[in-house]
Amino acid sequence: MSAVTQPPAMDAVAPTARPTAAVVRDSLGVGIAVGISGVAFGVAGAGAQLTVWQTCALSLLVFTGASQFALVGALAAGAAPVAAVAGALFLGVRNSFYGLRLSERLALPRAVRPFAAQLVIDETAAVALVQPDRRSTRWGFTVTGLSLFALWNLTTLAGALGAGALGDPAAYGLDAAGPAVFLALLAPRLREGGAERAVAAVGAVLSLAATFVVPAGVPVLLALAAVPLVALALRYRARRGAEAVR
Amino acid sequence: MTVWIAVGATAAGCYLMKLLGLSVPTGLLERPVVRRFAALAPVALLAALTVLQTLGRQHGHGLQLDVRAAGLAAAAVAVLLRAPFLVVVGAAVLVTALLRALLAG
Repeated sequence: MSAVTQPPAMDAVAPTARPTAAVVRDSLGVGIAVGISGVAFGVAGAGAQLTVWQTCALSLLVFTGASQFALVGALAAGAAPVAAVAGALFLGVRNSFYGLRLSERLALPRAVRPFAAQLVIDETAAVALVQPDRRSTRWGFTVTGLSLFALWNLTTLAGALGAGALGDPAAYGLDAAGPAVFLALLAPRLREGGAERAVAAVGAVLSLAATFVVPAGVPVLLALAAVPLVALALRYRARRGAEAVR
Repeated sequence: MTVWIAVGATAAGCYLMKLLGLSVPTGLLERPVVRRFAALAPVALLAALTVLQTLGRQHGHGLQLDVRAAGLAAAAVAVLLRAPFLVVVGAAVLVTALLRALLAG
C-alpha cells in the first residue's frame, strides 16, 4: 500500500504543534485514498482462486498490502505455500522498523501496544512520523490507521464479491492488476536514489533468470541477493574512487 | 486447507513483526547493516514481483511474453505521469482487457 501515500498530507506539516482538525483531515485523506484500494486486493484474491472468506481474512489479519498481494500472487502462480508465505513475510519486515520509530514517538502504554500493532503499516508510519508533537502523532496514527483499516476491509469484501460475480478474471485484464500494483508500490522507492534503482534492476534480472531453474515462488526470494550484491558493488566503487583521488 | 494455513502463517508472522517493533528496546534493530537491508529488501522484492507477474509463465517454469506486458507498459506510463494508485492499476487492467479482446476477435 505504500506508494499510495500521496505527499500532500505531508506538505501541510507545520514545524510547531498542529491543530487537531488539520491532523485529522490529513489522516482521513490518506486513509480514504488508500483504503479504497482494497478493491484491487479483493479482485486479486478472487483471481487467485481464494474464497471470499480467505481474501477477507487476509485483509483483516495480515493488513499490510504488499504482503497480501505477494501471497495471493505467488499462490496464483502455483508457488509452494512455504515460498509464498516467505515472500510475504520478507515484505512485512519493514513494519518492525516503523514500529521501532513509532514506539518512541507514540509512547504507548503496554496494554495498548497489542492493538496498536496491527495498524503499524506504511501509511500510518508516513503520517504519524512527520507530525511535530506527540499529540498530533497519536491523532495521525490512530485516525489514519482506523479509517484505512475500516475501508480497506470493506472494499476488499466488495472487490472479492464483485470479481466472483464477473467470472474469468483474465477476460477483464485483471491478471495485469497484480504487477501494476507492485510497480505503483515500487515507483516512489525508485525515485529515492541510485542504490534503489540498482537493487531493483539486479533483483528483477536475478528473479527472471531463476524462473528457468527453481520452482515458482522461489525466484522472488532469490531477488533478495540483489541487496548485498549492490552493497558490495557500491563499496568497491567507493574504494576505487578514493584510490583514484589519491 | 493449505491456503488457510498460508493465510494463518502470514497473518501471525506479519502481526508479530509489527508488535516486535513496538515492543523491543530501541537500538536492537538500529544497527546500520540491518537497517539498510530492511530498507532495500522491499525494493528487490517489489521489482521481482513486478517482472515475474508480468512475464512469468502461469503454472510452470520460464517466461512468456503476452498482453500483460502491454498492460504493465500502460501502468508504467501512468506512474511516470504521477497518476494516483487506482489509475495506475486501472490503466494496466484496461489495456490488457482491450488487447486481449481485440486479439481474440
